Amino acid sequence: MVEITVPIGPQHPALKEPVNFKVFAEGETVVRLELDVSYNHRGIEKAAEQRDFIRVVPLLERVCGICSHSHGTAFVKGIEEIMGVEVSPRAQYIRTIVAELERMHSHLLWLGVAAHEIGFNTLFMWTWRDREVVQDILEELTGNRVNYGMNEIGGVRRDIPPAQVKKTLSLLPGLDERLVKYREMVRRQETMILRFRGVGKITKAQALSYGTVGPTARASGVDYDVRKDDPYIAYREIPWNVVTSNDGDVYGRTVVRIGELAESLGIVRSCLEGLPDGPVTVDAPKKAPTGEILSRYEAPRGELCHYIRTNGTDKVDRLDIRTPTLANWTSVAVCLVGQNIADIPVIVAAIDPCLSCTSRMAVVDTEGRARPCLSCTSRMTVVRGEDGEA
Amino acid sequence: MDPFFLLLYVLVFPGFLFLAAYALFLAYLDRKVGARMQHRVGPPLLQPLADFVKVLGKEVIDPRGVDRPAFDAAPLLALAAVMTAFLYVPVIGPSPVAFQGDLVLVLYLLTLPTVALFLVGWLSRIVYSTVGGVRAVTQLFIYEVPFFLALLAPAIAAGTWSISGITALQAGHPWFALLQPIGFVVALVGLQAKLERTPFDIPEAETEIVAGPWTELTGRRLALMILANEMSLVVGAGLVAALFLGGPSVPAWVPAGPVAALAGFALFLVKTIAILLVLASVKVMTGRIRIDQLNDVGWKYLANAALLQVALVLFMGFWGVGT
Repeated sequence: MVEITVPIGPQHPALKEPVNFKVFAEGETVVRLELDVSYNHRGIEKAAEQRDFIRVVPLLERVCGICSHSHGTAFVKGIEEIMGVEVSPRAQYIRTIVAELERMHSHLLWLGVAAHEIGFNTLFMWTWRDREVVQDILEELTGNRVNYGMNEIGGVRRDIPPAQVKKTLSLLPGLDERLVKYREMVRRQETMILRFRGVGKITKAQALSYGTVGPTARASGVDYDVRKDDPYIAYREIPWNVVTSNDGDVYGRTVVRIGELAESLGIVRSCLEGLPDGPVTVDAPKKAPTGEILSRYEAPRGELCHYIRTNGTDKVDRLDIRTPTLANWTSVAVCLVGQNIADIPVIVAAIDPCLSCTSRMAVVDTEGRARPCLSCTSRMTVVRGEDGEA
Repeated sequence: MDPFFLLLYVLVFPGFLFLAAYALFLAYLDRKVGARMQHRVGPPLLQPLADFVKVLGKEVIDPRGVDRPAFDAAPLLALAAVMTAFLYVPVIGPSPVAFQGDLVLVLYLLTLPTVALFLVGWLSRIVYSTVGGVRAVTQLFIYEVPFFLALLAPAIAAGTWSISGITALQAGHPWFALLQPIGFVVALVGLQAKLERTPFDIPEAETEIVAGPWTELTGRRLALMILANEMSLVVGAGLVAALFLGGPSVPAWVPAGPVAALAGFALFLVKTIAILLVLASVKVMTGRIRIDQLNDVGWKYLANAALLQVALVLFMGFWGVGT
């Protein structure tokens, strides 16, 4: 059969962010692909070195539009540890509430996108409508819908008054009802089962060897969640469970995310109900002592790492951000091989890729030929180099 | 028949002009109903017309190296085929141009838009359109057989191959939808697949192959193709209504004349809209399946169900039941 090349991206209706797949297919089956994830290098890590700690927090919130609170919290909790600042429990609880609301809006968004990838637009519209409720809660609590601006070093910038606690709690049962409905839909909706089951399968061994994180790993039976394995902010004090599945396919990832939605709702509820008294912020020093730390955080997409090195000034010496999408890319490239062309969008979407957060290099070649790419065949070979070189 | 009335029938009502207006209305209804089910507001009444006019006025862009005459002709071919097919569908009463065997002609004409779509995809010279075009034809071979068989069953039972004849028979007779429920369901599924609506929008899967064969269509080519597609919905719904729901046929006690024509027309509207609502619900309730899954469903279940229906009709005819 003739091998055809299907270019997907950097501009494509299925992709909201720039990435390029060069898919080599026989008929409708993928035989190999080349992947270029580097279209949107923004130099945020370098910019972070130029700003003092107060101004770097808002910058880091802008690494990602969806997990903005994740980046902010990962950084402040790391820098607080270097400084030896003790944050009040109330501030930690508020950070947890925002973090879990963020996870909910991210997972609802993902569920809609995944449904849209298989042409099931009704679920897309429904989940995005319910996501509005979460967004409204976030706006009410933080003043913003996207970059919440809640974190500062030493605590949070806004308190949650009792009236808002009550109002937020009253909105949660409605969401709970919708989540039950979605769980039922994923189990019983025929076309979703047809398109999700057995698609993009990653075994537990593969998930471990390719270093997957987050819902992608947990859907393959890897019981790994930073919130449980290395608890931070208020996760140690709140009762909740890690959701895993043994399916390993897109269906499993959907089930895991819907399970996590329910868990997040539970965490938000217990945090709001058990909100401790006290100040929301403490004074933090302007400068940090020399030191280095790897701050881990469970973002909606998986484990997010901020490596922070300080040198005794009020600026970081080096900040390195490893986003969960980068950890998950190789697994996508591997499980795409042998799949149907029609399944590419949903398999890619299943890791919930966030590309501009991941982009770390820019290749400038005036000849216009060289592009950084990962080339993937049935036997995984990851190549960082120029086009076509193995 | 008076040539003047025949001309009026073909061009104005219930011919081309009515077909175009009704097609735009059904497109509106389809979008509105779907939007309401998805908790959206949906478009205003004239949106499909506005879209049509807007697209019609857009620049026509030729892909590099395209065979222009063929690329221009394909949407026209699709439109002409669908409009011709509509002349044989009973709207206010039996079609004046009906003849023995027009069912076969209509089915043939309804296949042409898909062929035109494949042609467009093939001529576009980009991979999305080519893949989409190949998918369109693959899909054609899957749904066409069960669809034809399902529509054949009423013809066998009625003993005539004229759509108007089959419709007239149902005036004093239970609808074929009741006598042949399996065939009716297969016909509806086949119609959904023919119109390339979810879950069978495989050829134009937006997230996979951009817009399939439609990708390189612009300006009036796109407008005509969209109109042909919307008209196909009317013709398809009208055809299924005529064969299975008695179409515009009124009971015998209604005196022939303007009253009967008006009642027939009302029945036509009600039945086609009812079919549209079913198709719209299916569209909203499902996601897109893969072409290999459609192959499984089509040949394993749909084709066999249609065959079963034809066999049942033959047996019933043999024993003289149900006719």
